[in-house]
Amino acid sequence: MLEFLTQYPLLAALLAMVGLGAGFGAVLGFAAVRFKTEGNPIADQINELLPQTQCGQCGYPGCRPYAEAIAGAGEAINKCPPGGEAGIKALAALLDMEVIPLDAEHDGEKVKAVAFIREAECIGCTKCIQACPVDAILGAAKQMHTVIASECTGCDLCVEPCPVDCIEMIAAPPSVQTWHWPLPDPTSREPQIIASDALPAQDRAA
Amino acid sequence: MRKIFDFHGGIHPPENKHQSLGGPIRDAGIPPELVLPLSQHIGAPAKPVVAVGERVRKGQLIAAASGAVSVPLHAPTSGTIAALEDRLIAHPSGLCAPCIVITTDGRDEWIELEPTPDYRALAPQELLARIRNAGIAGMGGAGFPAAVKLSTRPGSSVATLIINGTECEPYITADDILMREQPDRIVEGVKILMHLLQPGEVLIGVEDNKPEAIAALSAAAAGCAIEVVSFPTKYPSGGEKQLIEILTGKQVPSGGLPLDVGVICQNVGSVAAIHDAVVLGRPLLSRITTVTGEAVREPGNFHVLLGTPMNYLLARAGYQPDRNRRLIMGGPMMGFTVPDARVPIVKTTNCLLAPSDAELPAPSPAQACIRCGLCAQACPASLLPQQLFWFAQAREFDKLERHNLFDCIECGACSWACPSAIPLVQYYRASKAEILELRREHARAEQSRARFEARQQRIEREEAAREARRAARKQAAQQRAQTEAGAGAGDEDPIQAAIDRARAKKAAQQAGSSDASGERDKLEKAVVTTRTRLDTASAKLQQARDEGSDLVEALQLGVDKTRAKLEAAERALQAFASPEGSAPQAGEPADAAAAAIARAQAARAQAVTMDPAEKARSQLEGLEQRLEKTRARLAQGRSSGEEEKIIVALEATLARLEQQVSATRDQLTAMERS
Repeated sequence: MLEFLTQYPLLAALLAMVGLGAGFGAVLGFAAVRFKTEGNPIADQINELLPQTQCGQCGYPGCRPYAEAIAGAGEAINKCPPGGEAGIKALAALLDMEVIPLDAEHDGEKVKAVAFIREAECIGCTKCIQACPVDAILGAAKQMHTVIASECTGCDLCVEPCPVDCIEMIAAPPSVQTWHWPLPDPTSREPQIIASDALPAQDRAA
Repeated sequence: MRKIFDFHGGIHPPENKHQSLGGPIRDAGIPPELVLPLSQHIGAPAKPVVAVGERVRKGQLIAAASGAVSVPLHAPTSGTIAALEDRLIAHPSGLCAPCIVITTDGRDEWIELEPTPDYRALAPQELLARIRNAGIAGMGGAGFPAAVKLSTRPGSSVATLIINGTECEPYITADDILMREQPDRIVEGVKILMHLLQPGEVLIGVEDNKPEAIAALSAAAAGCAIEVVSFPTKYPSGGEKQLIEILTGKQVPSGGLPLDVGVICQNVGSVAAIHDAVVLGRPLLSRITTVTGEAVREPGNFHVLLGTPMNYLLARAGYQPDRNRRLIMGGPMMGFTVPDARVPIVKTTNCLLAPSDAELPAPSPAQACIRCGLCAQACPASLLPQQLFWFAQAREFDKLERHNLFDCIECGACSWACPSAIPLVQYYRASKAEILELRREHARAEQSRARFEARQQRIEREEAAREARRAARKQAAQQRAQTEAGAGAGDEDPIQAAIDRARAKKAAQQAGSSDASGERDKLEKAVVTTRTRLDTASAKLQQARDEGSDLVEALQLGVDKTRAKLEAAERALQAFASPEGSAPQAGEPADAAAAAIARAQAARAQAVTMDPAEKARSQLEGLEQRLEKTRARLAQGRSSGEEEKIIVALEATLARLEQQVSATRDQLTAMERS
C-alpha cells in the first residue's frame, strides 16, 4: 500500500486531501449539531436595543418581530421613531452599519407621552384595552377605563380605536425628579452653575 | 495619638470661614409663611396628611413617609395650612415641586411630645422608628434618610462609627458653630447611636482648622469611649469615603457602601437631630444655616425653621441684593445657584452664599484641554478626569462607566484645578444623570417587553382554550349523532328515517282521530304549514322562472303537489268544521295526500300534452279559484275572530296570489298576442 502510494504521488495527495476534508467535515458536522444555538441570537440582541414600546410604527406587530425582520430579512434600521437617533446609532453599532436618519415616513421623534383617558367621557367599550400591547389599561365592559401611567409606553395604539375619542396623549411635564443637568455647552457664555468653576481673581493671584 | 491616613488628591481652596464665625448662632424667628417641599431628601417624596385650612401645631406630622427610603415632614411652628401646591423650590432645575404652605400664627404652640431621656430602655427597632418618624435626613447636604443609613443588615457588625464634623467646603460654618456651641447635644446623640449600633469604636472627625470645635467636643466627650480626631485640612476630606479612608485607612469598594468595610458615617447635625428626636421627642423642625458672602452685611449662622423663605433669612443678615449677582445654596464647590431668593430653606440647606461679583466672578470661557493632568492629581476618587471628559463630550456612556464614572463624588476639585477652566464636574454630573436615565429607560423597556410577552402568551392561551372547547363541542355533536343513528334505524340514512318518522306520525294521527278538538288543531296546523310551504315553493318557482332556470318544471311539479295537499287539508278542515259530519266525506279517499299526488300526476300528464297557452290558462283558472277560496277563508276567519297569526298569514297569501294571478294573466296575454 505504502509502496503504491509512493509510486503514485498524485493519488497519494488526492487521498490525503479527501481524507482531511472528510475528517474536518465530520468535526464541523458534529459541532453544528452539538453546539446548535436555539433561536436567533442577533434578533435577541437587536430586540434588547429596541425601546419595547410595541407601538408598531415600524410596520411590524411589536418590537420582537421588527428585530427578527432586521436580523433575518435585512429590514432597515431607521423605522423606530420611539428609539430615535440614539436607537439607530446603537443598532448601527451592533450591526456595523451606516447610521441613517429616521425613516421619512415618520414625522420625527416625538416627546414621550402617556395615554390619558378622560374618564367622564369613557363609555366602557374595552376597545382600547384590546389594543394596548402591554396591558396598561384597566377596566371592564361598561365600566370606566383608566391607564396605568407607569406601565404605558406611549405607543398611541389605544387612541385610534376609541369610538368617543376620549383618549389623549399627554407628555409628562418636567419635574424635579426627572430633571437632570444638561451637558455643558462649550460655546455658551452662560455661567456654569457650580460656583467653583470660577476662581476668585485675588486667590489666583495669591 | 491615632494614626491618620491620607487620601489621593484633594485641593486647598481659600477657606473663607472666618466671615461667618464672628458671633453666636442667631435665631431667625418665625416668618409669616413657611413653604415645605414634600421632597427634601433623597428618595420618594412624602405624602401630605393635612388638608388646606387645617390648623397645625408645632411638631405635628403634616406629610408621612411613602416607602422605605423616604422621610416624613412636620410643621415647624403652629399655624394654618394655607395651600398644598406647586412652588418654586431650591433646585438647580428651577422647577416647581409640590409643597405644603403654612401661614404661621406666631404662637409657636407645641404638640404633646414624648420625651425619652432613658433611651437605653428602647429596643433598637423602636429607636430606629423614632429616628425615622422624626424625619431626619442627612444634614450634611446630601439628605439621605438617616434611619435607612442606620439600619444595619442582620449579621453585619459595625466596627467603626464615624461622626463627620469635617465641613471641608469653603465658607460653610454651620457644623463648626454647632460643635462649638452645643457639643453636649452631639455627644448625647452619639451615645444614642452607640446604644443602637454597638460599634467597636466611635470617632468624631474634625479638620484641624476648627480648634474651638475640637476643644469643645473633646471636653464634652471626656470620660466616654468617643475619640475626637483632628486631621489636616484638605478639600474634600468631608466626603464620606474620603473621611473613612483618613480615619481608618480602609477604602470603600467601588459601588459599595461604607458598611461593606464595617463603617457607618453620620453628620454632626444629623446626630444632634437624633438626640432631639429621641431624648426630647422633637422631630426635625429647624436647622443651622450659614449665611455668608460679601453681599451680606452681617454674615453668621442662623437657627432657622425649615420652610423659611431664603429672602426672609437673608434680610436678617443684612442682604444687599444689588451687590449680589447669584445666590448659591451650599458652598462654592458643590452648591448650585437658586432660581429665586423666595425659595424655602430645606433640611439640606447648610449654607446660603451671597457672593459679590468680585468674590466669585463669572467663569472664564472654557479653553481646550492641554493634558496637564492637574485634574487627575486633584481627584480624590483616583479617577482619570481627562479621559472621562473626552468620553462625556462624545457621549460614550459605556466607556464612562468602564472608567468608573460612578465613583465620582462630584466634589468639583477637578474643575477647580483645571487651568483651562473646563467645567469638568458639570460634564460628569450630566453624564451620570444621562446614564441613570438610560438605565431607567432600559428597565422600563424590559418591563414593557415582559408585559408584552405575557400578553402574547395570554392571548395564545386563550386562543388554545377556545380551540379546545370548539373541538370538544364538535366531537360531542358527532357522538350524539352517532348514538341517535344507532338507536334509530341503524345505518339507514337520515332522510329515510325522517320519512319513516313522518309516516308513523300520520298513522298515529289517523288512528287517534277520536279526540275532536285535537283533530281540529292538527288539521288547522296542517293547513297553515302546507300553506307556508306552498308560499315558499311558489316564490322559488317565480324566481326560477325569472332567471330562466331549468329547474322550473320540477319546481312547478312541487308547487302543484303542495297546492293539492293544501286543498285537501283545507277540505278536510272544512269537513271537520262543518256541522254535517265530523268524519271526512265518504267519497274522499282516506289518504288525502295520495289523492293529491294522483291528481297532480294526472294534471302533469295533461300539462305535457297541453300547449303553453292552454297550460297558462288552466293555471290562471286554478289560481283564480285559489284566490276566491282564500278570500272566502279570510272573510270567514275575520268574522269568526280567528287567531291574528292566521289572519296575517292569509292576508299575505292573498296578496301573493293576487300578484301571481296578475303575472300569469300578463303572461297569457303576451302569449296570445304572439
